[in-house]
Amino acid sequence: MITTDLAIIGAGPVGLFAIFEAGLLKMRCHLIDYLPQAGGQLSEIYPKKPIYDIPGYPTVLAQELVDNLLKQAEPFHPTYTFGERVETLEKRGEADFVLVTNMGTEVHAKVVVIAGGLGCFEPRKPEVEGLTRFENGKGINYMILDPEKYRGQRMVIAGGGDSALDWSIFLSDICSELTLVHRSESFRGAPDSVNKVMKLAEEGRIKLLLNTNLTAVDGSERLESVSMINAKTQEKTAIATDHLIPLFGLSPKLGPIEKWNLNIDKNAIEVNTDDYSTNIPGVYAIGDINTYKNKLKLILCGFHEAALMSHSAYKYMNPGVKYTMKYTTVNGVNEF
Amino acid sequence: MVDIKINVQNSDNSVTTLEAPTDMGISLMEFLKGNDYDILATCGGMALCATCHVSVLQGFDALPPITDDEYAMLDTLPNITDTSRLACQLKLHPEMDNITVKIMGDGN
Repeated sequence: MITTDLAIIGAGPVGLFAIFEAGLLKMRCHLIDYLPQAGGQLSEIYPKKPIYDIPGYPTVLAQELVDNLLKQAEPFHPTYTFGERVETLEKRGEADFVLVTNMGTEVHAKVVVIAGGLGCFEPRKPEVEGLTRFENGKGINYMILDPEKYRGQRMVIAGGGDSALDWSIFLSDICSELTLVHRSESFRGAPDSVNKVMKLAEEGRIKLLLNTNLTAVDGSERLESVSMINAKTQEKTAIATDHLIPLFGLSPKLGPIEKWNLNIDKNAIEVNTDDYSTNIPGVYAIGDINTYKNKLKLILCGFHEAALMSHSAYKYMNPGVKYTMKYTTVNGVNEF
Repeated sequence: MVDIKINVQNSDNSVTTLEAPTDMGISLMEFLKGNDYDILATCGGMALCATCHVSVLQGFDALPPITDDEYAMLDTLPNITDTSRLACQLKLHPEMDNITVKIMGDGN
């Protein structure tokens, strides 16, 4: 169990800057992010892209900004839980929240700050009838966590991106039978991976089906077969298999946040612009995940929101305590 | 200033025609978002997330050629068509007058 002042959901740029702003007010932070590292979209999607609209930086690379934000937050010794998604948020009393992740990690906090950007990145699913019937351990998965689970089993992988190619290469040694199904004639992935897959197909270690689309999945209790159609010849085939892994990249979804009784408008959390508080006292939403009149999804706006949120959170946690705003130029940054 | 017409096929197959400016340097993604269509555009227009996927039903040949980066991103999608493009990679241009698109990306 983790106990903290502020539980910040999302370790993107705005969540990271909130550590600093909260730190100036002597509040401790614990951050939880579904991604395996800090930085949110900046590290995950475009680490090498320059950003031009951060005040004071004519240009800064996305990853460089994240590294600097981490450094700026260091004096306040934040703690992190990575690779876990917050599933439930429960209010037990005034300034007493309990968050539980998908891995069962429990975080107790006085204030909750949702800085979740566009939500969690979830796997894209193809439009195939009956797909959901075989999810949750019945043969269909959208990511591969433990490849050993597939040893000696029959598997169908669908997709044409790098992850489909790389996993096909890796699993060709592990599975008893591996079929790679791809919609188009050729692959656009890394040339080295493409060549390896082609070679494995020639050697008969991967069954490669190009110009092919999935059409249906069948089975009684578990997945038993996958049906597909060749887009060129219109020929239909069904392959008996133990597993199907569609690998079509990730797409952002709001996820469990939807069920926390927050006021939500078009996949964003409604906030009061006085302090970026939500309809639940003690829960704030900052950055791309919130919405209000004239909202701009800019990092710099998220920074501003983090500052106002921190002052409001301080008052919420310390009712009746008088506080005067102090400048870092006068007081410096006092580690604690 | 040259305005062009952009036709959007809705989910019920009806078509909405919109007037679009070509002198503001905006992309089809930005234009559609500005018109309240459900497009996430997570990456903000860098051909990195594929959430602004559109299928071009009419006028595909009038579009600028597809780059390797755009194709590689489209290639990861389960519902790509022969005339799929990423709307963020299509700067509005007079030659795009009267194209018809269907929004295919993950909406809100």
